[in-house]
Amino acid sequence: MNLLLLIGLPLLTAVGVLLSRNTQQVRSIAFAGSALQLILALALIYFFQKERAAGAVAQMLFEQNYALFPSLNINFHIGVDGIAVSMILLTALVVLAGVLVSWNVEKMTKEFYFLLILLAMGAYGFFISLDLFVLFFFLEIAVIPKYLLIGTWGSGKKEYSANKLALMLMTGSSLVIVGILGMYFGNGEHKSFDIIQLSQAGISPAVQKLFFPFLFIGFGIFTALFPFHTWVPDGHSSAPTAGSMFLAGISMKLGGYGCLRVATYLMPQGAQEYSSWIIVLSSIAILYGAFATMMQWDLKYMNAYSSISHCGFVLLGIGMLTKTAITGAVMQMVSHGLMTALFFAVIGMIYERTHTRQINEMGGLMKVMPFTMTVLFIAGLCSLGLPGFSGFVAEMTVFMGSWQNADAFHRIATIIACMSIVVTAVYILRAIGQVAMGPIKETYAGLSDASWNEKLAAIILIIGIVAIGVAPFLLNDLIKPGAEIIMNKISGK
Amino acid sequence: MSNILNYIWLVPLFPLIGFLINGLGRNFLSKTLVSFIACGALLASFVVSVYFFISVKEGNHELVKLFDFISVGKLSIPFEFQIDALSSLFLLIITGVGFLIHLYSTAYMHEESNAHYARYFAYLNLFVFSMLLLVLGGNYVIMFIGWEGVGLCSYLLIGYWFKNTDYNNAAKKAFIMNRIGDLGFLLAVFWIIQQFGSVSFGEVFANAESKSTAVLTGITLLLFIGATGKSAQIPLYTWLPDAMAGPTPVSALIHAATMVTAGIYMIARSNILYTLAPTTQSVVAVIGLATAIFAATIAIKQNDIKKVLAYSTVSQLGYMFLGLGVGAYTGAVFHVMTHAFFKALLFLGAGSVIHAMHHEQDIRNMGGLRKKLPITHLTFLLGCIAIAGIPPFSGFFSKDEILAAAYEASPVYWIVGVAGAMMTAFYMFRLYATTFLGNFRGTKEQEHHLHESPWAMTVPLIVLAILAVIGGFVGIPKVFAENAHSLEHFLSPIFTQSEELVKKDHALSHSTEYMLMGVSVALALIAILYAVNRYSKKPELQDAEGFGKVLANKWYVDEIYDAIISKPLKAISIFFNNVIEKSGIDGFVNGIGEGVQYASRQLRLLQSGQVGSYILLMVLGMIILMVVQFFIK
Repeated sequence: MNLLLLIGLPLLTAVGVLLSRNTQQVRSIAFAGSALQLILALALIYFFQKERAAGAVAQMLFEQNYALFPSLNINFHIGVDGIAVSMILLTALVVLAGVLVSWNVEKMTKEFYFLLILLAMGAYGFFISLDLFVLFFFLEIAVIPKYLLIGTWGSGKKEYSANKLALMLMTGSSLVIVGILGMYFGNGEHKSFDIIQLSQAGISPAVQKLFFPFLFIGFGIFTALFPFHTWVPDGHSSAPTAGSMFLAGISMKLGGYGCLRVATYLMPQGAQEYSSWIIVLSSIAILYGAFATMMQWDLKYMNAYSSISHCGFVLLGIGMLTKTAITGAVMQMVSHGLMTALFFAVIGMIYERTHTRQINEMGGLMKVMPFTMTVLFIAGLCSLGLPGFSGFVAEMTVFMGSWQNADAFHRIATIIACMSIVVTAVYILRAIGQVAMGPIKETYAGLSDASWNEKLAAIILIIGIVAIGVAPFLLNDLIKPGAEIIMNKISGK
Repeated sequence: MSNILNYIWLVPLFPLIGFLINGLGRNFLSKTLVSFIACGALLASFVVSVYFFISVKEGNHELVKLFDFISVGKLSIPFEFQIDALSSLFLLIITGVGFLIHLYSTAYMHEESNAHYARYFAYLNLFVFSMLLLVLGGNYVIMFIGWEGVGLCSYLLIGYWFKNTDYNNAAKKAFIMNRIGDLGFLLAVFWIIQQFGSVSFGEVFANAESKSTAVLTGITLLLFIGATGKSAQIPLYTWLPDAMAGPTPVSALIHAATMVTAGIYMIARSNILYTLAPTTQSVVAVIGLATAIFAATIAIKQNDIKKVLAYSTVSQLGYMFLGLGVGAYTGAVFHVMTHAFFKALLFLGAGSVIHAMHHEQDIRNMGGLRKKLPITHLTFLLGCIAIAGIPPFSGFFSKDEILAAAYEASPVYWIVGVAGAMMTAFYMFRLYATTFLGNFRGTKEQEHHLHESPWAMTVPLIVLAILAVIGGFVGIPKVFAENAHSLEHFLSPIFTQSEELVKKDHALSHSTEYMLMGVSVALALIAILYAVNRYSKKPELQDAEGFGKVLANKWYVDEIYDAIISKPLKAISIFFNNVIEKSGIDGFVNGIGEGVQYASRQLRLLQSGQVGSYILLMVLGMIILMVVQFFIK
């Protein structure tokens, strides 16, 4: 399968959106484009697994390599392994759901959808890149639309949030580029941006120790590494619904993926050197984020803070440096992406009808919006890690992997992280109880339930969540070989 | 014959289908159809369970692997069902008692609207499905999935009347307290994985003896924390009395007969781990005994019919843990079974009373219901006698078995246990006498509407009453007849490994055993006579005072928990959010932004465009350079 389709199709969709003449056309093209992306992503999985089953043992499949700047050894090198494929599927699911919930955006519809699709393209490009220069290029493509989406279509203190988000993410990017250049020049005579070449050459330990923090913190900022997480609550809360979904569902995953693929994989000794730091920061993020969530009375802030807590599991999994934990980290990325997108989608549905996001101003909505509330409930159950939904298997895998480190330090970190499951239950049930249960307020008695597009968006995401929760082996088998290669690199095999 | 057991997945499948149909079709299915589907699913499960039970009784057992749930690293966790003596016994209890309660619910919940009626039965079926997963699971992970599933259903059903905020809070409390326990369970599972490289019961138990006592003690204690949550033991028991907010059949099914016994099932299943960790066993015994007596004291002063039964359940569960702690695994499972019969009966009887009294639950407003509700009265009385431990009712045999084993472990256990049993007899007959004897104390309106419940409610009462009376005969102790304890014989394959480790050198002599029995029965009888005599004539109508008030207020445990746990946790959240997050980190981030702006403002001043100041700066710079060169070289 030709991976260029993954960039070509969004590009075509984006151009189509720009050329269309009215809102109706914009929506149809965006919908068709994103539906095709999902089909493409599913086809990619199918062909990928078929190749693997047929005995393809190469680390990356469907590779393509074109020289961009031969004098600097910069190449347009793309290819995917199971980890990338699962991230692509996540992206495709979230994009389609995001397009569906944005059906009623009236203000500058064309530009809105254009930016959404552009962001998606950046994400696809990022996940398939095997050249750090190209990867960085796509990372930046995914940042700019966020700034515009929040600044233009946002709500609340949107200018502040947009600035904060863009500046903090730019700081992250600048750290990343320093780290990438460090590897480029630190690779002895043979300067290269190529992930495969760099990993085979093996960067010297001194360079790794120096530049690992740049890359890890840089990417970490994207995925809410404590204490560089404060763009998350403001950014998500000010963004329009689809913007929040993309932000939490896709773009935070760019960071996690980068931490794993670039920082940890290319600099395994650096990762070992700093692993206790990663563990400390991520377990703080998990529990601290959960406690901070308890104090949030705005649904979006609540979900944003809980994202900090949940993304902590991704970094914890990476920091634990065991095969199981790393597999769990990737599963958590997919799971959190779907779950949080669902959460933001349902918050958007509620807000559109009640015109408030304050938890204490709502009540008894179960009576008038049973579908929406059921979706909220499912998102909540997934968030608190109930079996049957993806959150449970992902978090459990991370914990299982963490516990394999038998010393006191790792044990305590794991227990601290584990404690969050109690705190999470507290804030999730409190929110659901306030919003859905109890006596209904008179002003809300006439509200309507979700429309067809919203229902479809929710169902798409729920199918993903339940499929992973009930049959985790589907995702697991995909990720395992990739995680194994990364882990072998770390343990020096 | 053994391959028939490969179809064991049928048992949980029926309730799952029932859940899906009723859950998805709740807006268009009629009540009759809903009841038919829900009860039919349970009946089908029950019939199949009986079939499997017979097969197991013939000596078959099977580990049925359905698919690989997840495999990471070297570990693979299969989705597997284990069907053997222990799980097949629980299957019978769950589906059998479950079916009766489903049937009862069709009448009890009849006033609900169509959609809510269907929702109720969907939840109930989902609960049975999860519970079956819990007992059938062939490894700790599948057990945990069921464990969490029943917790969710418990939450959903306690908060079934979701418009009432208090009920929601009770549901929330139940879930969160269970979560604390689940944390322990989960950590134990991770530890097991790390130690054994597997979670399957067979592999874990086979290798248990090669592990150090310290590790096993850690694992079993963590598992026990899980059990204290689910099975409402000190310190995590306070959710269960609040859980009475749910509909009464739910209390009977979930909070008496099945879910709350999950902790006992789990420990009985892991018996070899506990036998190898004597410290944990002592902890289990002491916590169980403490809970048994503590909850019994509270039950004495409660005036809500369901609250009395709730504390009684907590107390009886304590006895089961005492049994587990002193190694009487069969006795604990036996008590689970008899308790399922008589406690489900008592709850359903209470439901029948509440139904007749139009949602009145305060026993001070009842009295004299004996004549108006004859079937309810008679069955309730039988249940009370059974729980009080009067021979030959079922409760006598199971409780006696636990107490005898407790005496062997330590006479102190026995003394405290018998004191608790005496209190049990007392509060149960206080409840019985206040509710059914004396004169009616309710309103005229209530008296006018008093009626016996419809057949769908009385039939389950009668069936359960029969079981509560004769259920004990499967476990007749040796002192009465040799080899008459058929339950022990049936369950022996599960507990052989433990029994081989603890070779009993001295059993109690027959005369001691007779004496122990005699004392406990005599004390129970005295308590019964005193309670009936006192409360049939002059029921307690005033609020309790003095020490009684402390009991009526449940030793103020909720208030204490609020002060030492909830409030500090809230303070931590506030500190994290307001101080660290807002002022600390965010203040720093914004500070950088402001700092950069400030610095640029200052730097801008340098570019003033005045040639004079540029020359001044240039000269200054040259002087500095000269000075530096001159001195530093």
